[in-house]
Amino acid sequence: MAAASGLAVDKLPKPPVFWAPLVKDAALAALVAVLLSLPLVGLQTYDIGGGALGIRTHFDWVGVAGAVVFAGRLGLRLLHHLWGGRDRRAGPSLARLAAWGNRQTLPIALVGIGFAVALPLLPFSSRYLIDLGTTVLIYVMLGWGLNIVVGLAGLLDLGYVAFYAVGAYTSALLARDLGFTFWEALPFSGAVAASFGIALGFPVLRLRGDYLAIVTLGFGEIIRIVLLNWASVTGGPNGISEIPRPSFFGLPFARSAPEGVATFHQFLGIEFSPEHRVVFLYFVILAMALVTNAFTLRIRRLPVGRAWEALREDEVACRALGINPTTVKLSAFAIGAMFGGLAGCFFAARQGFISPESFTFIESATILAIVVLGGMGSQLGVVLAAILLVSLPEFGRAFAEFRMLIFGAAMVGVMVWRPRGLIAHREPTIRLDPYLAAR
Amino acid sequence: MAYFLQQLINGLTLGSIYALIAIGYTMVYGIIGMINFAHGEIYMIGAFISIITFLVLGLAGVTYVPLALAVVLLTTMFFTSVYGWAVERIAYRPLRGSFRLAPLISAIGMSIFLQNYVQIFQGARVKPMPPIVQGGFTVIESGGFTVRLSYLQLFIIVLTVGLMAGFTALIASTPLGRAQRACEQDMRMAALLGVDVDRVISLTFVMGAALAAVAGLMVTLYYGVVDFFIGFLAGVKAFTAAVLGGIGSLPGAMLGGLLIGLIEAFWSGYFSVEYKDVSVFVVLVLVLVFCPTGLLGRPEVEKV
Repeated sequence: MAAASGLAVDKLPKPPVFWAPLVKDAALAALVAVLLSLPLVGLQTYDIGGGALGIRTHFDWVGVAGAVVFAGRLGLRLLHHLWGGRDRRAGPSLARLAAWGNRQTLPIALVGIGFAVALPLLPFSSRYLIDLGTTVLIYVMLGWGLNIVVGLAGLLDLGYVAFYAVGAYTSALLARDLGFTFWEALPFSGAVAASFGIALGFPVLRLRGDYLAIVTLGFGEIIRIVLLNWASVTGGPNGISEIPRPSFFGLPFARSAPEGVATFHQFLGIEFSPEHRVVFLYFVILAMALVTNAFTLRIRRLPVGRAWEALREDEVACRALGINPTTVKLSAFAIGAMFGGLAGCFFAARQGFISPESFTFIESATILAIVVLGGMGSQLGVVLAAILLVSLPEFGRAFAEFRMLIFGAAMVGVMVWRPRGLIAHREPTIRLDPYLAAR
Repeated sequence: MAYFLQQLINGLTLGSIYALIAIGYTMVYGIIGMINFAHGEIYMIGAFISIITFLVLGLAGVTYVPLALAVVLLTTMFFTSVYGWAVERIAYRPLRGSFRLAPLISAIGMSIFLQNYVQIFQGARVKPMPPIVQGGFTVIESGGFTVRLSYLQLFIIVLTVGLMAGFTALIASTPLGRAQRACEQDMRMAALLGVDVDRVISLTFVMGAALAAVAGLMVTLYYGVVDFFIGFLAGVKAFTAAVLGGIGSLPGAMLGGLLIGLIEAFWSGYFSVEYKDVSVFVVLVLVLVFCPTGLLGRPEVEKV
């Protein structure tokens, strides 16, 4: 029916445009825009010294806002009218692209991994690009970790950054107080973060979706406030500095090493270059991210992974089938937290300095946005969204001020336009084979 | 004892502000079952609009304080309601009937957007506001400690009580309130019986925003400083208040707001100021874990 009417619409003459209601509607939208912008854009407060405020007027901007909204609304309605409102949630081409992406996952993934591995060797690569790639990969890893919780198990976690912070602080404290190296601290970071995940998850996991979201948000804030105020251990707002960098099988990346220890460049007999460490860090996070991905792909095919996805779709049915929701959710929470903690450990070693400022709610929102924009449950979507969200602001420095503004608007826009994310992946991971089913 | 009384007064004032914001959360949750995450930002916008209106009135030469207060109150409520309406229209209405988490994520995006919008156009610096309502009563004096109830605190508490009474009457005995209660019970049935559901939801957001605007005005007067980030914490605390009182229940939101204000005041008064925000989050977790329906809420039954 839909296809038939689609054909018929093309043959019929276009319906006439009734201008009066369209213009009236656009005028109303413009009026709202003017009312919205009048106090906050049209009247701008500024310091005039002595703790007093002055006010500047920018009524021209209000006018521009009204005009833009009028034109935009009118144009949108006209387009809608001419297309007969067939595909309001459109993006048919994008949908087709996503479907193609879903079918061709393996080749795309191989090309992507190949590119990621070859990046430092490519002629156009630079220290800056590799640094950027490292940042992107941290977010990819965090996105994949959170994807287990949000995308697979369907638990909305707004405090994921807490586990990232726990991992980072665990490794930093172990290094500072007990002299652990990066590689020795790594498993502890993961384990401590996972136990925090369990400690938080145990009491709260029987809450409904949005309650859980708020409690995890509160948990994230508690961790941050404690880190900020427990100055005797965490250094408070000053953070912890001089965290040791990762070494290559015990070979440090330095120009010169203490007596009896060979550095990386001495051992290999090559010229010292500060870029070695940057490239090495890049490969470390690439490997960690790929392990996360491989782990997720494998566990999706295990009973616990299947249970996560089943639980996401219908908790009551799962309960009826004998799945214990608490254990299953707890495992998702703990594993997601573990990957967050591992990424935190890497972050601490890479920066060499951490403070509570790196672990604010905005960070949680960014990671969540990466998972959601990419299409919940889609591993490939996370990569795309991470590249988009992390690298675009880097290239458009002029937009730096508007970065978060665009970020928020994009979150709303994507939800309205494609609520399932850019690459929606909600296909069941298992299908009953008709041949097997018949047997 | 005197110290206790002073903390009680401070707590009641703070609680009044939280209660006004909490009503917005609880009403929206009652009707469409979503957490309006951007509600804290609406309150922040209310605070900014009130400070801007005060400045404009100052430039226009209005010096009579009650008149200025009344004008600012109405202007702030009006402009903030437009924001409440627009947020619902743009970010939530297209998602009605979408999957569970979509409106919540859209709300988080809206919250980030509004924060940065205000930051860009009004600047990131803290906005100071000279005290307008000064003076107060001395309630008791004992052992060198004076318990004071300032006129401003009195104004905040009285205005809150007045708004709550008016609001309760509106919900209980006007056609709009009846339509809202109908939508809360069963939206589809209400629509079949001729209630314009979209309009009711819009008006719910408008009313919630208007009350949040009053809270924004109060906080501007009370603390004398406003910045673009105040919405986040206040929003979480007011949400905690709504949950504590039982989400969906109006008297619950008022009670919860007062309790959260008191908890925060006594915690800062007797334990530590640094961890006062932690106290609220801990209350939130404890309530949700041990008594998810809150003090006055109805138990939620999941139907299959």
